Amino acid sequence: MAAAEFDIPEIKDDIEVPRLREGVMAHAKSFIAGEAVQSFMGYPHELGEDWKERALDKMGDLLGKYRSLKVFLDACVHCGACTDKCHYYLGTSDPKNMPVARQDLMRQVYRRYFTPAGKLFPKLVGAKDLTKEVLDDWYSYYYQCSECRRCSVFCPYGIDTAEITMAGREILNHVGMGQKYSNEILGKVQKIGNNLGLPGPALEDTLEGLAEDIEADTGVAVKMPLDVKGAEVLLVTPSADFFSEPHVESLIGYAKVFHAAGISWTLSSHASEAGNFGLFDANYDVMRKVAMRIRDAALELGVKRIVVGECGHAWRVAYSFWNTLTGIGYGGNDPFSIELQKQLDPTYPQPQHICELTNDLIKSGKIKVDPSANDDLVVTYHDSCNVARASRMGTEPGGQFAIPRELIKSVANNFHNMADDTIYESTFCCGGGGGLLTDDLMEVRVKGALPRATALNNVVKEHQVNFMATICAICKAQFTKVLPKYGFDMGMVGGVHQLVSKAIKLD
Amino acid sequence: MPMVNIAGKEVEVDEEGYLVDLSQWNEDVAKYMAVEEKVEMTESHWEVVNFLREYYAEYQIAPAVRVLTKAIGKKLGPEKGNNKYLYELFPYGPAKQACKIAGLPKPTGCI
Repeated sequence: MAAAEFDIPEIKDDIEVPRLREGVMAHAKSFIAGEAVQSFMGYPHELGEDWKERALDKMGDLLGKYRSLKVFLDACVHCGACTDKCHYYLGTSDPKNMPVARQDLMRQVYRRYFTPAGKLFPKLVGAKDLTKEVLDDWYSYYYQCSECRRCSVFCPYGIDTAEITMAGREILNHVGMGQKYSNEILGKVQKIGNNLGLPGPALEDTLEGLAEDIEADTGVAVKMPLDVKGAEVLLVTPSADFFSEPHVESLIGYAKVFHAAGISWTLSSHASEAGNFGLFDANYDVMRKVAMRIRDAALELGVKRIVVGECGHAWRVAYSFWNTLTGIGYGGNDPFSIELQKQLDPTYPQPQHICELTNDLIKSGKIKVDPSANDDLVVTYHDSCNVARASRMGTEPGGQFAIPRELIKSVANNFHNMADDTIYESTFCCGGGGGLLTDDLMEVRVKGALPRATALNNVVKEHQVNFMATICAICKAQFTKVLPKYGFDMGMVGGVHQLVSKAIKLD
Repeated sequence: MPMVNIAGKEVEVDEEGYLVDLSQWNEDVAKYMAVEEKVEMTESHWEVVNFLREYYAEYQIAPAVRVLTKAIGKKLGPEKGNNKYLYELFPYGPAKQACKIAGLPKPTGCI
């Protein structure tokens, strides 16, 4: 792609806090969505004369709907604890990529129009008029935040910059400045069933081909079932798992697990996508519509369990929001929810993460693995942000960290963690999450990956690590694209179930 | 959307240089896109591009990487039926770069 040239940061021994370079990333802007994409979503595609009123109306609406937003805008005392915690600041050195500065882009406007002090004495309280210049800054810097929430871990008040970014993007949507990448995907998932735009017949053809490949490799007829009514498990997984390398290796891994355990399962062409980009903007209705596809598919297919594949934000939406979004979890009392509650098997977590399912099967001896099949690898694990900081897995606190690692260690003999302050709840984002995984933001993506690349480099040097496993389609796509810029081989990134796939015994 | 003149014909492309109207594709368009992408078209490149177009005509989407590698392996020999070979041909990645040259829309999502 004829993308603008930029310097690749140098990996140092430690993650260093850079000197401020004001405005160096102001030019980074992803493409704005055009008319077709915006109108499907019910948004305008250009700024009207009344954009400022529309923006402030929407801001008022969001402040009323989401109490968290108001609390986060009010609570900051500018203590500075977050300033060196964002991977985009560490990688770009632009001070507006410090979480507090990103928040202040909205906070200054909030104070000006929604607080008495800001209305009367704007200069005294750092309040600022909403101008086109401010709006452009929002567009630029709210798409240099991957909503990974690392800063919130270090904020003494727990301010979650992601919520402010989400609100900022939704206001931008309402004035006609939607992002092409995310909004085009939100259209496709609703019209076609997945983010890729993979129609049913293509999905069927792809799955048939994969089943042939597995049989050719292993001699075992492992199925890739689609739209099978009465299957026990509905698996929802990111559509990248059907399409891309290394993602597809994990899909093959899931299929082998179900086969070896004798669990009947199916994918759905209606809900052939686990990812929910509705999470990335503060638009509950869109997130709900995208989530409803999965509930509808579960009802239609009559499944007993819903399992989610390797996808970070899908798991956050599933674990944390399906409950209130669609009643798949607990609490829904509309007829649909009651029907679904009766249908789903209460002896399993609903939804369940594929890592938990596979780990349980290995621990209980229901499937057998040979970890020496991965003896060519020295493995480390990248905690994906949405799994790490916005969800859980299993029954114990910290299960989202322990279960994937336990699973990796049962299928691979050589494992080393990266530095403590870069994993678990302090994990660094891959640099491509939250709607940033687009070619027009390549500079932001490459620079934002610097902290993770630094931590990886250290375990490569110390322990000869040659494989970084992760459980998110965005992480996989991002790392295979940007790690080569830092001198790493793209083949050293893959899914946890890629390792399972190699080690599992099928006979 | 910007218009570009390719071999005397006005062709519409999107912000990222992908063809807007698929029916405007011809070999000159492919050659123009390849120059933009700094890809030197050989017979092997054309095999990939032609397969992408055939697949798209049937399924309205670019083929998944596994589908593509298998097809290329059958046409050009098993040693070429892998992702590494496709990356040698299309260094920015077969899905995006080869699609662009083949005049197909850019695949979206977590890829």
